[in-house]
Amino acid sequence: MPELIAKTALDGRNLTLGSATLAELPLAPITSIAVFPSGAKAVDKGLKTLGLTMPAPNSVLEKDGVRIVWTGRDQAFLIGVAPPAMEGAALTDQSDGWSVLSLTGASAVDVLSRHLPTDLRLGAFPVGQVLRTQLNHMNAVVLRLDEAAFQIMVFRSMARTAWHEMEDAMHMVAARAGVKI
Amino acid sequence: MRIEGKGLIDRTKPVRFRFDGREYAGYKGDTLASALLANDVKLVGRSFKYHRPRGVLTAGSEEPNAMVEVLGAKNQTPNVRATVQEVFEGLVTQSQNRLGSLRFDLLAINDYLAPFLSAGFYYKTFMWPRAFWEGLYEPIIRRAAGLGSLSGKHDEGTYEKAFAFCDVLVIGSGPAGLMAALTAGRAGADVILAEESHDLGGRLLSEGGTIGGLSAVEWVAATVAELQSMPNVRIMLRTAITGAYDNGTYGALERVGLHKPARPNLPRECFWRIVAPHAVLAAGALERPIAFPDNDRPGIMMASAVRTYLNRYGVSPGKRVTLFTNTDAARATARDLIASGIQVAAIIDPRPDAFSVEDFPVHAGAEIIGTRGRLSLSGVTVRKGSETFEIETDCLAMSGGWNPTIHLTCHMNGRPKWSEELAAFVPTEGAVPGLVAVGAANGTMSTHGALATGQAAALKMLEALGRKAKADLPEAEDAPYKLQALWTVEGKGRAWLDFANDVTTKDVKQAAQEGYRSVEHMKRYTTQGMAPDQGKNSNVAALAVLADATGRGIPETGTTTFRPPYVPVSIAAMGAGGRGMGFAPQRFLTSDQASRDRHAPMIEAGLWYRPSYFPKPNEKTWREACDREVMMVRQSVGIADVSTLGKIDVQGKDAARFLDFLYTNTFSNLPEGRVRYGLMLREDGLVLDDGTTARLGENHFLMTTTTAAAGLVMRHMDFVHQAFCADWEVRFISVTESWAQFAVAGPKARALVNSFLETPVDLPFMGTAPVRIGGVDGRLFRISFSGEEGYELAIPTRYGEALFRDLLARAETLGGGPYGMEALNVLRIEKGFITHSEIHGRVSAHDIGMEKMVSAKKDCIGKTAATRPGLWGPDREQLVGLKAAAPISAGAHLFRPGAEIHRETDQGYVTSICWSPVMGAWLGLGFLKDGHARHGEKIRLVDHLRGIDVICEVCHPVFHDPEGEKLRA
Repeated sequence: MPELIAKTALDGRNLTLGSATLAELPLAPITSIAVFPSGAKAVDKGLKTLGLTMPAPNSVLEKDGVRIVWTGRDQAFLIGVAPPAMEGAALTDQSDGWSVLSLTGASAVDVLSRHLPTDLRLGAFPVGQVLRTQLNHMNAVVLRLDEAAFQIMVFRSMARTAWHEMEDAMHMVAARAGVKI
Repeated sequence: MRIEGKGLIDRTKPVRFRFDGREYAGYKGDTLASALLANDVKLVGRSFKYHRPRGVLTAGSEEPNAMVEVLGAKNQTPNVRATVQEVFEGLVTQSQNRLGSLRFDLLAINDYLAPFLSAGFYYKTFMWPRAFWEGLYEPIIRRAAGLGSLSGKHDEGTYEKAFAFCDVLVIGSGPAGLMAALTAGRAGADVILAEESHDLGGRLLSEGGTIGGLSAVEWVAATVAELQSMPNVRIMLRTAITGAYDNGTYGALERVGLHKPARPNLPRECFWRIVAPHAVLAAGALERPIAFPDNDRPGIMMASAVRTYLNRYGVSPGKRVTLFTNTDAARATARDLIASGIQVAAIIDPRPDAFSVEDFPVHAGAEIIGTRGRLSLSGVTVRKGSETFEIETDCLAMSGGWNPTIHLTCHMNGRPKWSEELAAFVPTEGAVPGLVAVGAANGTMSTHGALATGQAAALKMLEALGRKAKADLPEAEDAPYKLQALWTVEGKGRAWLDFANDVTTKDVKQAAQEGYRSVEHMKRYTTQGMAPDQGKNSNVAALAVLADATGRGIPETGTTTFRPPYVPVSIAAMGAGGRGMGFAPQRFLTSDQASRDRHAPMIEAGLWYRPSYFPKPNEKTWREACDREVMMVRQSVGIADVSTLGKIDVQGKDAARFLDFLYTNTFSNLPEGRVRYGLMLREDGLVLDDGTTARLGENHFLMTTTTAAAGLVMRHMDFVHQAFCADWEVRFISVTESWAQFAVAGPKARALVNSFLETPVDLPFMGTAPVRIGGVDGRLFRISFSGEEGYELAIPTRYGEALFRDLLARAETLGGGPYGMEALNVLRIEKGFITHSEIHGRVSAHDIGMEKMVSAKKDCIGKTAATRPGLWGPDREQLVGLKAAAPISAGAHLFRPGAEIHRETDQGYVTSICWSPVMGAWLGLGFLKDGHARHGEKIRLVDHLRGIDVICEVCHPVFHDPEGEKLRA
């Protein structure tokens, strides 16, 4: 039996309009780590092998290209590496469940503010933080990697809608800035 | 007419625009109203009810008269206020609410019928006969009375929605707003300065004067330049704050592209939600008219508007202007006119002791009791004591004082206070948490007062924000504001209060006379304040008339409630992005393209799109394809994408205990590698959902839910976990999106599945095992929703499309192929399997014959509630199968043959039906009173909507393979 062909939801699409660039990122391993009651110590022991710990609410830790992202109460996503063996938590593969979009550029904040009902000012959403919020009507995980660089995770099945809505916002923001497209 | 050398318009940028088919010239910076007045166009509209000729009354968003339709290439926007719409090259507008031309509106006959059309006319006249209302009266009234018209087409324009956050929101950019923004901005706070007009400065642009040694316009320019240089200050022009909501949230409407020729992707409007812990309401005040006889002719305007047109737009609305005012402040309008070379005919001042040494005649203690001129004003009649005389004039500037713009302070149900000194309502402090009214909006009328209160409010907010600030206040005029309230002038003829809805003083008095003494009743009886201007021009005067008519004071009479929005907001802006398919996210399967490639019509299942059926080239109807697909599954093998089912990964030492608590049946005794069907109840004991759960390891389960209830079940589990057993060692997360899952069903299913597996497995019915397919780890489940030997093959989603296409290719070689939702539905009805058509939220476990699945050995959510009397027993409608030789319908009701057909004899209803190619009959599932005991009976199925009346046989719901031999093969 030949190997199955793997595909992302948007086939690696990317788009630049005005001063914003949207791109679908390639798949990376994503594992949900949900800490059991009294499992915290064991989890930290497991994460130590990666030089990471469980992140505080709304925060992201990064080491050697591996990220651990807070995603909820007693829950974080380990992104970029297969999970180390660990006790004290439920580990669930989430790699295929999400579509990850990168949004960068000077107008990235303006574009995001069309759909995110959250405060994007640096004081409220600093670099290195994560928000569990909504992208219009969609559940989203939004990481701020730099002042004008974001990663937006949405359910894979909704990736086309997410792309469409971001593209619309980019068009409108660019048109406001007088960019002719 | 345009006055040389005056105004802030850009005379280097002339623009041409059209109104009612004629081309006119204006300048960048003009509103449609100022440009029309510059062209001496005074008649701009017809009134709502009487079709009276009307002209521009104000220079702001409160305009009740000058409403027009703006025509775009693809849209037609009614009720656009000419005082707000800026002119641009190519703008096309037309007047509205007329029959024939604006000058000769045939519906002006209504004006002659006015004695019959007073308040309450419709209520009294069109009572009888009742049937005439919808068919006859309403269409006639709607044609005769009204505003602009719609094109009848979808508005395909671009609209935007957005969110903004700041420390201090400043609403309005007059002296108070600018000072507040400057103070907060200099201290480093994040400031949003919202101004509904197209330039910052508010009344300073209209009134001139000096601030801190500069002319007002220069001070505005310097202040704006400083604000623009601050990265922490965001200036939002053309943005009206429309409402104040909970937790410091404000709605705002921005006119983004309405002042320019349409451009692709440029939004017409943007609806903002702005969140600010602190807000300064510096929205100023609105000048109010005086209700004197025939006060609605084109050419009669607010004094402040005349001044705005003169100083801001360089336009005089008349050649010989008369003023009728009860304040000293309005005299400035006359002085500005004189200075610009416009003749001032006289000032009529009702105050007997009014100051009368001016460069123009002043008639103290006088009133205007009548006006002349059909399409525009030609003269006024003045009464002074016992004497009356005429004045020839083409423009009358009136002022009855000012009403602070308190609307936003009332949006959270706060009531304003009455100020005797101002004869106006003023805001109640703290009515909207975090919002502080300053300047004229708070009744402080001088420029100095505006600057001082704007700054003081900002300083207080900065203190709360923990920021240091400097207070340094420029000097400005601080004249006292004195007036003697004048609401109405008695005389022959109608005196308008609400220009927009054609409500006169007589209507309000009549309302009082007829017992509508409460202000809320008067409003509804007369429609005063219910037009697009929301009574901004008329509320207080109408109250005063009502107070007088009922012998009460204004504070006792009270005021109606101000509700959002402050200015009209187009639904298109509020629903931006939500038109058509933008209404909700769309969820697509990995097999989506493969299904569409095979011309499968897609149907919505929740937010998902699933293939309905897969037509072959010779198949003409969906039924042909469906029947073929059913037989294909029963005879060879069929493939269906079932990835939409909810999948929840449950882990932990207490996972089994948690499932026992959620499901009616037991999962703790399920062996590893096995799957069990489970039933879940809501807390009220009715069925929530059903599905299978597999035990993957000792402490590891994989639950499946129905497609429709996936989110609901997840929410239910979160609630149960957090509310009842937060300390249990159990964790769960959705993996719906992580796995693509395909049903493979039919006698050849095993052969097809095994041809894919690196190592074939021999699974028992309701077994599961890890498998490897094409180098990838997957999972195989032996479960069936069709009644045939069935498998579900799960693979990480990235491989979903590949596996689906590969499965189809092999299935077709075996004589099988894909099947859609229609065939899936037939297969499950034949087998008597339920879906949410049956477990629709009102049925109990007993009703669907699953009472034995409620374990007696343990507790579960809903168990106790399910034992309530009335939820079980022969009085309930219970699940049955129905079999008929003629077509039947879901939604039909069931009756005893021979019984009368009406509500009381109803025996039940039908939830699902199909044509069964296997049974060669129409099959149905439904709920019938005491149904479990009535198998074999005949029942009459009636569907009045579809005209169906068929005798059916009541059966056991399982028609196909009742012993389950095929499933277990």
